[in-house]
Amino acid sequence: MSQLLSWNRLPQCSPDKIYTLTEHAIPGLAHAPHPLLAYGNGRSYGDVCLNDRGTLLHTCALDRFISFDRTSGVLRCESGVTLQSILQLVVPHGWFLASTPGTQYATIGGALANDVHGKNHHAHGSFGNHVRAFELIRSTGEVLLCRPDQNAEMFRATIAGLGLTGLLSWVEIQLMPVNNPWMWVEAQRFSNLEHFWQLNKEAEQHWPYTVAWIDCLASGNSQGRGILFTGKHAANQTHLPSYKARSKRVPFDPPISLVNRLSLRSFNALYYRQPLKPQGSLCHYAPYFYPLDAIQDWNRIYGHKGFYQYQCVLPPEVASEATAQLLDAIAQSGQGSFLAVLKTFGTQESVGLLSFARPGTTLALDFPNLGNKTLQLFHRLDAIVSEAGGALYPAKDARMPASLFQSGFPNWERFSDFIDPAFSSHFWRRVTL
Amino acid sequence: MNSLNRVVIFGVTSAIAEQTARQLVQNGASIYCIGRNPDKLNRILADLKVRAGSDQTIAGVSADLTDTHQHLALIEQANEALGGLDAALIAHGTLPDQKACEADVTLTLQEIETNALSVVSLLSLLANQFEAQGKGVIAAISSVAGDRGRQSNYVYGAAKGMVSLFMQGLRNRLASKGVSVVTIKPGFVDSPMTASFDKSGPLWAKPEMVAKGIVNAMQKGKGEVYLPWFWYIVMQIIKHIPEAIFKRLSL
Repeated sequence: MSQLLSWNRLPQCSPDKIYTLTEHAIPGLAHAPHPLLAYGNGRSYGDVCLNDRGTLLHTCALDRFISFDRTSGVLRCESGVTLQSILQLVVPHGWFLASTPGTQYATIGGALANDVHGKNHHAHGSFGNHVRAFELIRSTGEVLLCRPDQNAEMFRATIAGLGLTGLLSWVEIQLMPVNNPWMWVEAQRFSNLEHFWQLNKEAEQHWPYTVAWIDCLASGNSQGRGILFTGKHAANQTHLPSYKARSKRVPFDPPISLVNRLSLRSFNALYYRQPLKPQGSLCHYAPYFYPLDAIQDWNRIYGHKGFYQYQCVLPPEVASEATAQLLDAIAQSGQGSFLAVLKTFGTQESVGLLSFARPGTTLALDFPNLGNKTLQLFHRLDAIVSEAGGALYPAKDARMPASLFQSGFPNWERFSDFIDPAFSSHFWRRVTL
Repeated sequence: MNSLNRVVIFGVTSAIAEQTARQLVQNGASIYCIGRNPDKLNRILADLKVRAGSDQTIAGVSADLTDTHQHLALIEQANEALGGLDAALIAHGTLPDQKACEADVTLTLQEIETNALSVVSLLSLLANQFEAQGKGVIAAISSVAGDRGRQSNYVYGAAKGMVSLFMQGLRNRLASKGVSVVTIKPGFVDSPMTASFDKSGPLWAKPEMVAKGIVNAMQKGKGEVYLPWFWYIVMQIIKHIPEAIFKRLSL
């Protein structure tokens, strides 16, 4: 069997069988090991897409478009279509994904099942807010057409339902109009967390896209220093710049993680001091939304042991205090990442019963897997998140304790009534022990 | 360079053919698709229509290509729908269960009918039309398995070997008539046809990569192409192992 892993390569567990779906049906798998779980393109960071001792239903061949209305921006396609394919099709017609995560290699099915969010959450909500309909195939043979007003409960359970409610055959989304493939982007440095909150509050009122990179190793007065990137889709241009996609590949697994204390400190110090264009500039949507996609197999830089991503959301009342505590704990540990991202969520209610995005602030960091040392750090971070009444993002999780999942997602028991009896995942078994 | 504006594809529901169709559509081609499974064919047609521009024709019909009596009518339908043909791609086929074939001669003959005889029929009919029009590309998907018989899949290999050899002769016949005859020999392709195989090795190629090679070979009017290219080297070695040794190998 070929390996199907998640993007961070942790945990490493293999299914007993991989079945490539070609029809809009759960195949007669009388002899296949159960439980079942759909697997798209393996871009989540953990085990929501893994199913040890079961069967993975690979959706890579369910990659067809079904319809695209160029006037209304309604697109329907099979669940294995990647966001990249969608953008390649719709951007030239003046449409864009209303919500997109940081990689365009995710499938639309995965984006729905994890109710992913993007830099415009404060303005447009998460992916689920733009889903008009989908078809859900249950192992019982039922085929459910789900819309906000039809099979409404199943609609809400399946969005952010981590693939547990059955197999998605197709999804229909509402796209957002844009003028062209370009973004207008501005960047501002902030010298500490307090400065960030000020800038961010201001920026959110004027910009549909905001996200901050922070130097997670800076401490003391410069704790939480970083750069706030704000963006919007570019206005009509009379002269569009030319754009050529460049792609590099990490050719092999380095024997040790290239992300370590030494490389991290120098990278962060340099990155913070990068020359900015405060007056703003045009940036093509691909490097703006998906900078890491330009480096194929970038997950290899962490070596064969893989890495963890830690992404939490903190309620608004305690966000600033808890963020400072988290950064303290991380700086003390000396572990950290190139990619440390801070973003505030808006107040638009998420659709899914298990949606992660909720009012508050989200902090996301990558950590090379240093075994116990990393897990101990997470233990400290968990305590802060739990104390703050926050939650961890299932799509980015390979290790959270069941208690933290259950406190962060109080609907989990209600949700479990909607799970397809033949479906489960490594993640679900882990957090519902 | 051969023009590929109007292309008929037989067996479009194979993963390689579908990816080829997408790339042709992206290059502006109009396509007539023939596939056996009507449901799958309709899904592919819908997808290609979404991808195509408003001035491209995407049409097709479902048919069982083992019924060779229908072939002429199908080719005529394609001509009619597209207003003539620049190219044809023959991609239908099955991957026989070798063990089952060994136990059942009827099955063996049936597999040879599907993978060889029906292809020969289409090739012959297309050759006459293209010869008369004095231009065009006829491509068919054969296989590296047709280069040498091996115990693990010689029924498939023999059928593909026949296709390759038939096309070699056809190429020779049509070379002076402005018609390109392109034999595609893919190696291991990660597609639903090979769903039950272990694909962890470096030899497995994605259907979209193979499709890219097919479009390129059709445009340039190449003769025989191995896809990906390294299979040419692999097969040169395999073909040159002396039979006395080869017969003892478990390949």
